[in-house]
Amino acid sequence: MVSLGAALLILLALFLPATATEEATFGWLSQSAAFGVVLLALAVALAQSWLRLNGLSAGLGLAVAVAIGAAGPVLLLAGMPGAGAGAGVWIFVIGLALLAWRTLEVLSASGGDKTVNRLLMLLVPALFGIWLLYLWQVVVVGLQVPSVLLPAPSLIGGVLAGAQSTLAADFHQTFIKSVLPGFAMGCGAGFAVAILVDRVPFLQRGLLPLGNLVSALPIVGIAPIMVMWFGFDWQSKAAVIVVMTFFPMLVNTIAGLNATGAIEHDLMRSYGASYPQTLIRVRLPNALPFIFNALKINSTLALIGAIVAEFFGTPIVGMGFRISTEVGRMNVEMVWATIAVAALSGSLFYGLLALLERITTFWHPSYRG
Amino acid sequence: MTQNPAPKLVEPAASGRQSVAPVIDIQGLSLTFQTADGPVYALSDVDLSVAPGDFVSFIGPSGCGKTTLMRVIADLEKPTAGEVSVNGVSPEAARLARAYGYVFQAPALYAWRTVERNVMLPLEIMGMGKDERRRRAAEYLDLVNLKGFEKKFPWQLSGGMQQRVSIARALSFEPDLLLMDEPFGALDEITRDHLNEQLLRLWERTGKTVIFVTHSIPEAVFLSSRIVVMSPRPGRIIDVIDCNLPPDRTLDARETPEFLEIAHRVRDGLRAGHSYDD
Amino acid sequence: MTTDVAATAPTGSGLWRILVQGRAVPLAVVIAAIAVIWYAGAVYMNAPRLTDGYERNKVEWTFGQLVDDAWSMERPILPAPHQIVAELDKSVLQRKVTSKRSLVFHAWVTLSSTLLGFAMGAVLGIVLAVGIVHVRTLDRSLLPWIIASQTIPILAIAPMIIVVLGNVGFTGLVPKAIISTYLCFFPVAIGMVKGLRSPDPLQMDLMRTYSASSAQVFWKLRWPASAPFLFASLKVAIAISLVGAIVGELPTGAQAGIGARLLVGSYYGQTIQIWAALIVAALLAGLLVAAVGLIERMVLRQMGARP
Repeated sequence: MVSLGAALLILLALFLPATATEEATFGWLSQSAAFGVVLLALAVALAQSWLRLNGLSAGLGLAVAVAIGAAGPVLLLAGMPGAGAGAGVWIFVIGLALLAWRTLEVLSASGGDKTVNRLLMLLVPALFGIWLLYLWQVVVVGLQVPSVLLPAPSLIGGVLAGAQSTLAADFHQTFIKSVLPGFAMGCGAGFAVAILVDRVPFLQRGLLPLGNLVSALPIVGIAPIMVMWFGFDWQSKAAVIVVMTFFPMLVNTIAGLNATGAIEHDLMRSYGASYPQTLIRVRLPNALPFIFNALKINSTLALIGAIVAEFFGTPIVGMGFRISTEVGRMNVEMVWATIAVAALSGSLFYGLLALLERITTFWHPSYRG
Repeated sequence: MTQNPAPKLVEPAASGRQSVAPVIDIQGLSLTFQTADGPVYALSDVDLSVAPGDFVSFIGPSGCGKTTLMRVIADLEKPTAGEVSVNGVSPEAARLARAYGYVFQAPALYAWRTVERNVMLPLEIMGMGKDERRRRAAEYLDLVNLKGFEKKFPWQLSGGMQQRVSIARALSFEPDLLLMDEPFGALDEITRDHLNEQLLRLWERTGKTVIFVTHSIPEAVFLSSRIVVMSPRPGRIIDVIDCNLPPDRTLDARETPEFLEIAHRVRDGLRAGHSYDD
Repeated sequence: MTTDVAATAPTGSGLWRILVQGRAVPLAVVIAAIAVIWYAGAVYMNAPRLTDGYERNKVEWTFGQLVDDAWSMERPILPAPHQIVAELDKSVLQRKVTSKRSLVFHAWVTLSSTLLGFAMGAVLGIVLAVGIVHVRTLDRSLLPWIIASQTIPILAIAPMIIVVLGNVGFTGLVPKAIISTYLCFFPVAIGMVKGLRSPDPLQMDLMRTYSASSAQVFWKLRWPASAPFLFASLKVAIAISLVGAIVGELPTGAQAGIGARLLVGSYYGQTIQIWAALIVAALLAGLLVAAVGLIERMVLRQMGARP
C-alpha cells in the first residue's frame, strides 16, 4: 500500500513543473540527471509495491534507492540557482518520504543474528535522522527560506568546518573549564553530604523533602547572582552548576542507599559486618543505579547551567556568549553550529556516562535479557 | 528418543463419549521456539482429544510444555506443525468466537478496577449491555462465594480471593471451555485445598469442559476425569490416565486406596518420562 | 526495675518520637539552620564593602552596627531574608496587580506561557508515545532520537527560537510556550512509552483471549495502566516548563515575566529584586508541582490506588 502510494505520487510528480523562477516553470526533463534519478525511484517504488519484498537485503536495497532518488531534487535545484521548487518537487519528496517510510518498516521488521540486530538498532534511527536532515535541506532550499530564519544544514556544516578554532575555544571555555569542574564538584558534594547524613535519619528526613522541592525549582535563575559573586569567568558558571547538580545527586544517593532490602541488611548483620563494610559491600552497589541516574540527569543540567549563565556575562568566549552575540548580529549559521557542538558534546557526555553505567551495573535487571 | 513410544490414545472407556464430537482435537502437534541459543523443542508430536464435559489435567515437571500446549489451544502460541481444532474450528476462530475462558497462574486483575468491574471486563469488550453486565457479575461472584466484595479493589483481597475473582471473570461470559493454567500454583496449601473442592463442585454443577495445568499430583488426581502425563526435552505426552473417583468426593477421598493407586500410576508415568532425572 | 523502664520509656517519649520521626520537625530544623547560615552569610559577604566604607569615612564602628548595616544595605552582595520579604511585600502586596512593577503581574506572564507550553508539550508527548507504542517503525527510528534529544542542552536553543519566531512575526506568549513545549514533551513521551508498555504479558494475553481490538486494549488496559507514569512525568514536565518560560524571557530583552525581572535586576545590580523574583519563581514551581500532585492523588484514588 505504502509503496504503491509512493509510486503513484512519484508518477504524478513527473508531470508537474519541477522548478519555478519568477518568469517561468521548468519540467523534470530540463535536468536529465535529475530526471533519470526520479525514473529510477519510480521503478523501485513500482517494483516494491508489486513484489512486496521483505528482509534485510530488500531493506538495504530500498535504502540505496531512496538515497539515489533523494539526489533528484538536489541535482535539480543545484542546476538552477535562484529557482525555487515547484509542485513536482514537493510531490516527489512526499512520494519519496513514503518510500523511505517503507524502507524503515522493512528494516525494522527484519532481523538476523545478534550482530545484525545490533547494527539494525543503530542503522534504522541513523537513516531516520539523515532523512530528517535531508528534508530540512530540501525544504529550506526549495522554499528559499532566508538563512536568517533557518539556515540549510549544508550552510551549518560549512560553518562547522570553517570556524573550527572559534568553536573549539568556546567548547574549551564552556565545557572543559566550566561544565566538568562544576559537574564534578556538585556531584561530589551531593554524594558526600548523602553519605554524611546517612547515619542521621533526622537530617535525612529534613533534607529529602527540601531536596525534592529544590530539584523542581528553576535554579538557573541564580545565574545572575553567581555572576555577581564570582565574576565573569568560569568560576561563576561552575558555581551555578554546583548548585544545580547538588540536589539531584543528594536525593538520588539517599534514595539509593535506602534501596537495600531488609534481608540483605540482616545477612550483613548476621556476619557482624561493620557500618563501612555494609556500606561498601552492599549498600553502595545497590545505590549505583540511582547514582548513575543522577549523573545522567546532571550531565544535561550542567551544560544548560553553563550556557544560560553565560547569557549573564562572560569573557568574550564560550558557547552561551557565542549564541547570544551571534543572535544579536543575525549570524544565525554560527548559532546553529554552536548548538550542534553543544548537542554533540552533551550527547557524548551522556553516552559516556551511560556506557560507564552499563559496565558497572551490568547485574541490574534493566540490563538483563 | 522413543524407548517410550507414545501410547496410542484411545478414547476413554466411558460410554457415550465417542459419539459426540471432541471439544479439542490435536494431531501431530509440534512447536519449536527459535531463541538466540538455538531452537527449543517445546512440544513434539502431540496427539490429544478431549470430549465435552471432561476435566483434563496436564501434569509434568517444569519445561514439559504443558503451559505451551494450553497456550496453543488458546491461540496464544502458533504451532510449527500439526493440526489443532477447538470446537471443530481452528484455535484462532475459536478465540474470535470467544469459545473459552482462560485463568492464568496469577490473578491478572486490573488494579484500577473494582472486583465487580474486573468481572465485567470481558463483558464490556464483548459489547454486553450494562444491566446484563451487572447481573452476570453478581451471579458469578456469588458462584465463587465473593458476594459482598463487589466494590473492593484487588489489593484489598487475599491471594485466594483474587484468584476466585479471576475464575468468576473467566466464567462470566459463559464459555463452555475453561482453560486453567496452574491457577492455584501461587497459593498456600490450605487455601489451595479449599479452592480445589470449590472448583470440583463448580465443575459438577456447570458441566463445563476444563483443561487444567498443574504440577501437583494430588491436585491432578483429585480434580480430574483424565490425567495427561507429560515429560520434557522435548515436551511430549507419556501417558493418559483415566480417573474415575466418585463424583461427590471431598478432600477425604485423597486417603482412599483408589486415589493412591492412580497417584502411583501418575508417578510411574513421570518416572518413565525421566521427569525425576537431572 | 529495668523492665519498668523498658515498659514506660516508649509511651513516655511518644510525643518526642512523633516529633523526631515525622517530617515536619526535621524539615523545620533544616530550614532554621539555613536561615541562620543565611543571616551569618549576609554579614560575612557584605562586611568587606561596609568596613571599606567605614574606613574611608573614618567612622568608628562596632560589630553590632556592622551587623545592622549588613542586613539593611540597599544593594547587598547577599540580602538578608527579611529584606527579600520586605521587597516581596512591596512588589506583591503593595502594588496593583496590573502594574508593571508588581511581581504578581510578572508571575502571571510567566505562568501563562508555562501553562500553555505545558499543555502543548503534554499532548505532544502523549501522542508521540502512543505512536511509538503502536508503530514498530516509529519505535525503532524515532525513540532513539527522542532519548538523544534529552542529552542536548535544549535551553541553548531558546534564544534562537525566540529570534526565529520573532522574525516570522510571532512574538509574546507563543514563542516562550514553544520552548516550554520542547522541554515538556520529552519526559511525558518517555514516561508514557514506559507506562503504555507497563501492562505485563499476562494482562495482555488476557485481552487476547477476549479477542479485544487494539482500541479496546488501549482504552481498557494500556491507558489506565499508564496513569501513575503519566502523573510522575507531568510533575517533572511542569517544573521544567516553568524553567523554559523563564529562560525564554531572558534573551529578547522581554519587558515582562520573571525572567525579564532577573535580567533587569542583574543589569542594575538590584540584588534584592533578583532574589524576590527567584523566590516568586520557587513558589510558583512549588505550587504547580503541588497542583499536579493533588490531581494525581485524586485521580489515582478514583482508580483504587492504595492510600
